[in-house]
Amino acid sequence: MIRALVLTGFGINCEEELAAAWRLAGAEPHLVHLNRLLAGQERIRDHHVVSLPGGFSFGDDLGAGRVLANRIRYRTLPSGGTLLDELSRFVQEGGYVLGICNGFQVLVQTGLLPNVGGGLEPEATLAPNASGRFEDRWIRCVATTPSPTPFLAGVSTLDLPVRHGEGRLVFRDDEVQTRVVERGLACLRYADSEGLETHVYPANPNGSALACAGMVDVSGHVFGLMPHPEAYLSAWNHPDWGRRIRLSGHAMEDGEGLALFRNLVRHLTGEVKP
Amino acid sequence: MATDTAPACIHVALRDGVRDLRGEQVACDAARFLGIDTGRVRTSRLYAVGRNLSRSDLERLGREGLADRILHEVTVGGRPESRGARTYVLVGRLPGVTDDEGMSAQATMADLLALPPGDGAQEVFSSEVYLFERDLPPETLARLAEELLGNPLIHHFEYGPVPDRIAYAPRVRLPPPAPPRFVDLEVSDAELERLSKERVLSLDLKEMHAIRDHFRNPEVRARLAALDRPGLPTDAELEIFAQTWSEHCKHKEFNALIEYHDEDTGQTTVVDSLFRTYIRGTTDPIAARLSASGQDWLVKVFTDNAGVVRVDSERLFVLKVETHNTPSALDPYGGAITGILGNNRDPLGTGRGGARCLFNTNVLCFGPPNYARPLLPGQLHPRRVLEGVRRGIEDGGNKSGIPTVHGAIVFDDRYAGKPLVYCGTGALLPSRVGGRNAWEKEARPGDAILMAGGRVGKDGIHGATFSSVEIDRNSPRSAVQVGSPITQKRLADFLEAACLAGFVRCTTDNGAGGLSSSVGELAPLAGGAEVHLDRVPLKYEGLAPWEIFVSESQERMTLVVDPVHLPAILEVARLHEVEVSDVGRFTDSGLLEVFHSGARVASLDLDFLHHGVPSKRMRATWRAPALTEPVLPPDLDWGHLLRRVLASPDVASREWVIRQYDHEVKGRTVVKPLMGPDGTAPQDAAVMRLGFDDWRGLAVSCGIVPRYGDIDPYAMSAAAFDEAVRQIVAVGGRLPDPDASGGTWWSACDNFCVPDSAWHPTENPDGDRKLGALVRMCRALKDVATAYGVPLTSGKDSMKNDFKEGGVRISVPPTVLYTVVSGIEDIRRTVTSEVKAEGDFVWVLGRTRDELGASILYRLLGELGANVPRVRTDEAVGLYRALASATTRGWVASCHDCSDGGLAVALAEATFGTGLGLDLDLGPVLDALGDAPHPVLSALFSESPSRFVATVAPEHQASFEASLGEHGRCVGRVTADPRLVVRARGAPVLDLDTLDLLSAWRTDPRGGEGA
Repeated sequence: MIRALVLTGFGINCEEELAAAWRLAGAEPHLVHLNRLLAGQERIRDHHVVSLPGGFSFGDDLGAGRVLANRIRYRTLPSGGTLLDELSRFVQEGGYVLGICNGFQVLVQTGLLPNVGGGLEPEATLAPNASGRFEDRWIRCVATTPSPTPFLAGVSTLDLPVRHGEGRLVFRDDEVQTRVVERGLACLRYADSEGLETHVYPANPNGSALACAGMVDVSGHVFGLMPHPEAYLSAWNHPDWGRRIRLSGHAMEDGEGLALFRNLVRHLTGEVKP
Repeated sequence: MATDTAPACIHVALRDGVRDLRGEQVACDAARFLGIDTGRVRTSRLYAVGRNLSRSDLERLGREGLADRILHEVTVGGRPESRGARTYVLVGRLPGVTDDEGMSAQATMADLLALPPGDGAQEVFSSEVYLFERDLPPETLARLAEELLGNPLIHHFEYGPVPDRIAYAPRVRLPPPAPPRFVDLEVSDAELERLSKERVLSLDLKEMHAIRDHFRNPEVRARLAALDRPGLPTDAELEIFAQTWSEHCKHKEFNALIEYHDEDTGQTTVVDSLFRTYIRGTTDPIAARLSASGQDWLVKVFTDNAGVVRVDSERLFVLKVETHNTPSALDPYGGAITGILGNNRDPLGTGRGGARCLFNTNVLCFGPPNYARPLLPGQLHPRRVLEGVRRGIEDGGNKSGIPTVHGAIVFDDRYAGKPLVYCGTGALLPSRVGGRNAWEKEARPGDAILMAGGRVGKDGIHGATFSSVEIDRNSPRSAVQVGSPITQKRLADFLEAACLAGFVRCTTDNGAGGLSSSVGELAPLAGGAEVHLDRVPLKYEGLAPWEIFVSESQERMTLVVDPVHLPAILEVARLHEVEVSDVGRFTDSGLLEVFHSGARVASLDLDFLHHGVPSKRMRATWRAPALTEPVLPPDLDWGHLLRRVLASPDVASREWVIRQYDHEVKGRTVVKPLMGPDGTAPQDAAVMRLGFDDWRGLAVSCGIVPRYGDIDPYAMSAAAFDEAVRQIVAVGGRLPDPDASGGTWWSACDNFCVPDSAWHPTENPDGDRKLGALVRMCRALKDVATAYGVPLTSGKDSMKNDFKEGGVRISVPPTVLYTVVSGIEDIRRTVTSEVKAEGDFVWVLGRTRDELGASILYRLLGELGANVPRVRTDEAVGLYRALASATTRGWVASCHDCSDGGLAVALAEATFGTGLGLDLDLGPVLDALGDAPHPVLSALFSESPSRFVATVAPEHQASFEASLGEHGRCVGRVTADPRLVVRARGAPVLDLDTLDLLSAWRTDPRGGEGA
């Protein structure tokens, strides 16, 4: 059974649906409070995948994900290292890390994404949306094919909700951006109704560089995205389900977001080759 | 504060070249609303650090902890880089005001510098700094500070030319509290009234007499003498009476004996308690019918913090709606966020505890954003109230991870003094918690009283008593608070874990009235309680014992715990970093006893405390206003009118608020506020799925139409209840069937908000008429809810919604909100409002009458009219049942209810975002209207209740017609041409581009032509 750690506590608030996503995808979700990891009562390496849900960790008071990222980076564990050390080792040993919305912001703030320099230095940030507002709306994403990460294997376009105030990806400098482009790490991008990458609001809800909605590290093991795949587990999550179900003859029941979780579970259980 | 030296300051500002979105917004708002040209505005945040840190630690804290290294630059000491700015405003917090940013900065400081944990006191304080390009005079800066950037009730301002050093840290300094004392009630009546007013007790003379007489009672005197004290109340006891007997907590007016005189009929009737007669009087008979037919879903009504119904063998649904009007009038952001968080705690504190909030609703009544009358002292402009409340809802819901799935906004000049802010919450509670029925409340002598969550300060002292008085300039400032959603989320996570583990006997929240209220209400379950106030953790020193007891500091719950579970519960609290204090024990003494440092500061007989409040007698009068229908010009342009109705503030799109509320966190929202191919079509009830493993769900809706009350409050209340129910029917809900088995669960909450209705010859000479309106509203509620079989399960009234200053009084119109929730057996069978496919048949269901009175149309034309929409429950019940079975069978492609603006609005809305149009002939509707003077106008804009626009796919048309034929008429088809084409027996009425209609409907009431 694939064991998926779902982090909880301190204002994280999408853990319930993220756990459901893993369960429906055939994995065994394991809700773990941050303090149990910090106290060494639970270990990351007992899991196949670590997932950081959306929410407002510590209220996003210093900027989205910043206080949680600082705790992961700086708080010393009983083992002497930090949670960031453990996450980094976990990835090197083949583990997978998924960050959604606030979780993505944490991955970027800790330097786990994009980490093109390999030094876990902050190379990018998720700044306030160009609109200046928090927004909840459904957007279309287009994925890079072939996918640099098993999460997006076989996915071309994807409708998902975004629900954030700080999702505008900004790179530290042109060099980082160039390396991200060269390696195809900005693997999920906001698209218009034709499925073409767009920088135009509201299809691009925040004004991200590279129209980037989701990003992967060089290994393909660390994946973060602003939209919420765990909020589209059923066809009835989509705002246009009424028409879609009418047109499809009531055939579909699963939401498109579930595919990401199924993909990773299949990958880890060896059902598909990367 | 660790030291008394000047704090070190860290300024975090955006780097040069990074766009300052907040600064741009401030410059824009300053120009637009205040007419002030600020030039470029740059924003930054100041962190004042109270702990002694080395310069290098401060630098490191700033650069690596507080700032975003890509976006920000950091200055330690001094001020942010001025880059040519001439003037500045600092917006800090007044001492004791919630500062989440400061607390989070403190958490990061401890992580980054590996500091030992402190004592929980705040050491880092945040402020906002605004730098302005222009050289603005102090009075202009003061206006910017007070009218745009902050609120003097909670903020501290500094402003002027940019100085070399900008620094500020709030410090709470309180004089030592007055020692507990006895209060002499053996004084004149005038003196008693003065005492009540000065101490903000909000007790009237009769109530003061009751307390005085209690202390004259020889038995009481003997008991007190044994304690070696005089036969007089202590200040703490008086405060406990005031809190317990407050209108907020005891609903004295809803329980009053009312003499109701109908001047039209000449009849006088006596209503012995509105609550018992019309609210309980609705639910009890329904409960009896349900019980007789073997339905067991109505579990707990009126007796707990929220109403409880059964979903299935595993799950209960809990519903509560409250208002937070007065605090929102004073500080809109803090008022709204505190209201939401406070209302969330009600379901959490229902039964034994262990509920998880599922959704929030918000219904708001504001003055129009373009309100042009001069503002009275202390009155905030409706635009500020709106924006502050909106932001409070955004943070309150989003940061708690609770989706805001439904709501409404109503604009009226009469809400410009006191806005109405209704906060609703639905929650799921497991049927069994710790092996026992989850809804039951229990406390036993010997059980520990635990206080969990935030610390206690002067916040909200007198909130319970204060909400029961009208606002004026001298309203106590301590009644204003700012909630902390993250603190509460931690508390909620802790509480759920502790309750589900079986460590908690029961729990209740600390809302209005604080510990006094929570312990006071729990004590009778055990037979008594004793509390030791010196064990209550304080935010700062200087609180008198009575202040600790009645303080309403937020994010706190009171837990009843068998002492055997204390170690386990403290362990759970440590994991979640929630402070839990053991503050006393339940007893069987029959007393509520309160101690501080060993001294007894209160010892009250529980029976008298809870049952001694004298009942009120009130008078109510009703006379129907003499009204006539207006004479209208013959040449009205229907298409133009429809555009205006769509753009009117009460009808126009709410997208400008909806998108800023997270309405789908938890991943279970099925019918969201806006749906369809491009997410523009407005929906009726919201639908949520309950879990991820079955298709059970619920529908939630709100009904509110205060406009109709200007003609008849009875019709208004009836229409509001019908609106809430019909929205649920529109999405596929099924009316309850109390007399048959297998009915669906429903739960309704009533929230009356009325102006001061206590008659007084000089202060409130028309109070009896206001109360007459309330009586009629309650009667309508009982009539309609009984006909529909929908039980009321909880509610909350708010009785003094007036703003008074300088002899001017702005009173809200009598208003009632009904929030209704119903079980949905299979969410896959629900329907949305927008049309789905070309060729579908269009039906108008329900009868349209000549009922333009108080309609949106008449309001636009400057008329009131007389023919107010009236609910015919017999017609409605038949239609609702027939429609529900058609929907369940899958015959309905779309369904939208007709409400504000009438049929024409519903037709237009059903096309939004679909790229489709309608081709209709309203002949059948006109036939039903008979000899109405303006049949086409009535067909389009009459707001007759209990109507829908439904579409039906051709393959289901025959079946639909066979079962719905008597309740409505087919009027046309859905077309591929995106136009709304309407004819009246062949004659053209409307031929409009649906994109134009959509664009009219998307008028933002904050910036458009306004109300």
